[in-house]
Amino acid sequence: MPSVATAPERVNDFVVKFANVNGTGSASANALIMKAIFRMGVPVTGKNYFPSNIQGLPTWYEIRVTREAYAARAGRVDIMVAMNAETYSKDVREVASGGYLIYDATWPRSTLLERGDITVIGVPLAQLVNTNFEGVRNRILFKNIAYAGVVARLLNLDLQIINGLLRESYGKKPKLLDSNSKALRLGYDYAQQHLQCPLPLRVEHMDKTRGHIMIDGNTAAGLGCVYAGATVGAWYPITPSTSLMDAFKGFCERYRVDPATGERNFAVIQAEDELAAVGMVLGASWNGARAFTSTSGPGISLMNEFVGLAYYAEIPCVIFDVQRVGPSTGMPTRTQQADIMECAYASHGDTRHVLLFPSNPEECFYMAVQAFDLAERLQTPVFVLSDLDIGMNDWMCRDLNWNDAYRPDRGKVLSAEELAALDKFFRYLDRDDDAITYRTLPGVSPKGAYFTRGSGHNQYGTYTEDSAEYQAVLDRLKRKFSTAVKYVPKPELIGKGDNRIGIVSIGSCDGAVREAIDVLAREKIHVDYLRIKAFPFGHDVENFLSAHSTIVVVEQNRDAQLRALLTLETAVEKSKVQSILSYSGLPMSCEPIVDGIRAALAEAPRFSAVTAKSPR
Amino acid sequence: MSFINKPRVSHPSSPVNALGLTRRQYEGSMSTLCAGCGHDSITAALIEACWGLDMRPEQVVKLSGIGCSSKTTAYFVSGGHGFNSVHGRMPSIASGANAANRDLTYVGVSGDGDSLSIGLGQLVHAIRRNVNMVYVIENNGVYGLTKGQFSASADIGSQAKKGDVNQSPPIDPVLLALSLGATFVARSFSGDKAQLVPLIQAGIRHRGFALIDVLSPCVTFNDHEGSTKSYSFTREHYHAAVEADFVPPAQQIAVDYPLGESLPVLLHDGSRVILRKLEATYDPTDRAAAYSYIENKLKQNEYVTGLIHINESGSTEFHTLNKSSAVPLNRIPYEKLVPGAAALEKLLTRYR
Repeated sequence: MPSVATAPERVNDFVVKFANVNGTGSASANALIMKAIFRMGVPVTGKNYFPSNIQGLPTWYEIRVTREAYAARAGRVDIMVAMNAETYSKDVREVASGGYLIYDATWPRSTLLERGDITVIGVPLAQLVNTNFEGVRNRILFKNIAYAGVVARLLNLDLQIINGLLRESYGKKPKLLDSNSKALRLGYDYAQQHLQCPLPLRVEHMDKTRGHIMIDGNTAAGLGCVYAGATVGAWYPITPSTSLMDAFKGFCERYRVDPATGERNFAVIQAEDELAAVGMVLGASWNGARAFTSTSGPGISLMNEFVGLAYYAEIPCVIFDVQRVGPSTGMPTRTQQADIMECAYASHGDTRHVLLFPSNPEECFYMAVQAFDLAERLQTPVFVLSDLDIGMNDWMCRDLNWNDAYRPDRGKVLSAEELAALDKFFRYLDRDDDAITYRTLPGVSPKGAYFTRGSGHNQYGTYTEDSAEYQAVLDRLKRKFSTAVKYVPKPELIGKGDNRIGIVSIGSCDGAVREAIDVLAREKIHVDYLRIKAFPFGHDVENFLSAHSTIVVVEQNRDAQLRALLTLETAVEKSKVQSILSYSGLPMSCEPIVDGIRAALAEAPRFSAVTAKSPR
Repeated sequence: MSFINKPRVSHPSSPVNALGLTRRQYEGSMSTLCAGCGHDSITAALIEACWGLDMRPEQVVKLSGIGCSSKTTAYFVSGGHGFNSVHGRMPSIASGANAANRDLTYVGVSGDGDSLSIGLGQLVHAIRRNVNMVYVIENNGVYGLTKGQFSASADIGSQAKKGDVNQSPPIDPVLLALSLGATFVARSFSGDKAQLVPLIQAGIRHRGFALIDVLSPCVTFNDHEGSTKSYSFTREHYHAAVEADFVPPAQQIAVDYPLGESLPVLLHDGSRVILRKLEATYDPTDRAAAYSYIENKLKQNEYVTGLIHINESGSTEFHTLNKSSAVPLNRIPYEKLVPGAAALEKLLTRYR
């Protein structure tokens, strides 16, 4: 039976990983643990590594308890709750030396003693549950809650908080509440009676989650679309973006249905494919509604033709790309940032598009709103490049705030009165000399009518095959893209202006980069960090690139796409730009960044004085 | 194409509609299609139909894909917005536009290549979604702009200008629409304006997707001996089964229809379509019967024309199913769309 060794105490700083079989109901047990830790005031992250499958394949859930509130994956596992026999031997290997393994001891395991450097804790979970619950489905489900009870006791979680969470979930279903409480108690009491509790790795109350929420990026983005005033969402189901449109629809059903008439102030259209989805967005935006689609890489590939039309005919269009692992179908349930180039230059011909890079769910909310303002101000497609890690995992974020004074920027749209005052309306005439022309909406005035086309057109909006007329429009579009710099969010600069090494990164790398900077600072290595929030890049990006001797671009793809975009779209010397790449499909952890920066310093002779001190 | 530019000013004695507008004011820019093209006759029918319905030009939204037919949206109702989108994808643009503003009239013009090959999926799903629009297929069995390839509507045995004989069975848009449960299915011939104009008018007033397949010979690539989509072949083989007269809401029915041969159908806006059955046994409200009738006639090389099927219940129309607000989505004030700061704060408790 289990023996618990005495290990050094690690309060509020460790990783618990749950190895489960998908479709067995483990998600609610794991979420219960995570939420309980959060409610104890302790910062926490939860990362779900799940298969592209409904039932029967391995799935893992990783909870990082992090008193420093790091957002990244930890890159190590201190406690493994090994509930999947199929992955058992792999799971055992993953536990860090000195760590713990919890397993179901109902059946003997021959491989148990493979490792002498970890503590193995056996709990006869199946036996406990089988003697207390009837029915196969119940037994499978409640075994999860039972191990949650064990873990809760071992980690010293607040039982009152857990019971409160159960009441919130099942308050309206007393039978379910009873069963869940009973299962939790089975595990909790077993641990209390048979195991040395708590473990040296444990949770103690803090006060660091006040003013924060746990939310995933797709939910936050969907909510952002509601607050932006979007009324039409058109989409085709694809992992990992599906929950974005689901969230939008859910919020609309809550906030946009007239209680008296049942009339709905929104339309969510499930299209036949992504080509149609983005076509509907174009049709609706062209007709004056705020419209958007949510998709992932394969969907972007299909949308390319319409994106080119939107660019050339200057139709606002908001596209959320919740990136997953490519190429092709790739690994649909794993994360990556590999659509950067695809989105930046989507479609044939000379096209360039505005990109936004949220780094967490909080930014998904605000950038969703910004995306609509930008799309309508600039009359062009705007991509919000989220990813699976941001989109589908719960992140601890600051409370979302809303300013009731906000009004959408609908851009240059002429009213009937403004049209009446005009001598004649020309769709693509640069009246304000800012490369952004005026548009009109159908149904407003016959004076505003024009013919929208993807074929060659001149500034008057009529068909042309005249070289000079064609070029004049194309050149204006280029100027318009440059002016976008004025409107897109500025990058975030962190650091003391040290001019040796500058890290440049985007999106969900942010947590890992910040953590790496802290680790390096403890070694007296100081680096600056520029987090880019949008493309096109502005002066701040140019200045940062030129101010640092070495630029290290951190991103999650194989081909260094952000680096490529920087070298194409800024004046930076290619030779001074290095890469730290992570493209395993797992969210980035800080280790490769720490190692990469050390290596960059070691390689550069002029930095040798700095790296003389041996790291760690 | 024709090179004679018509003057914008019309003769003072030109008839005007209820809005005081002449037919000329429903025209568009000059057609660049080949002289004698069937599509230009359809354009003329669309102009007549919109003028006759007293439509405010800015209320007309014209949508198309790519191809000869798709160019024609520039040739009528210049006071309405036009959208010449990408090949085969007009139905999605129309769906989105219609979702945003349910109050406008959406007229889609497509061709057999645009609708039955590259855009078949989008056409099918627009029918299924029952988007409130008129969808005209200018059907000539051939690709014009790329110079004479067979389209998916070409009949078996039809001969191309260069001599190739088509071996693959055609996709018939009327049978397709019937099988999908389309609520308004019609077929006509570009050379029969008297039949076509009321069909378009009824299609515009129908609440839901109105498909009108119009045989429209291509004078340049498909009007020769051996073609089954030529003017002469079509004239010989088209067969009117149900003529439709369109009667606007306020107007009395002036013609005496023989009992048993006419079937008035009330449209949702109060206008009526009087179906004149040329075949006594034909019932245009019976979808299955219509299907087998058309199919049998096709086997005999006859194109049945007229209002082939109508179902005016409107119950599956997109906005009806969506329970959309009566005010078009694009006109709802922002203040009514945003839940506000207080609601957000309340919502956040769900995530704590």
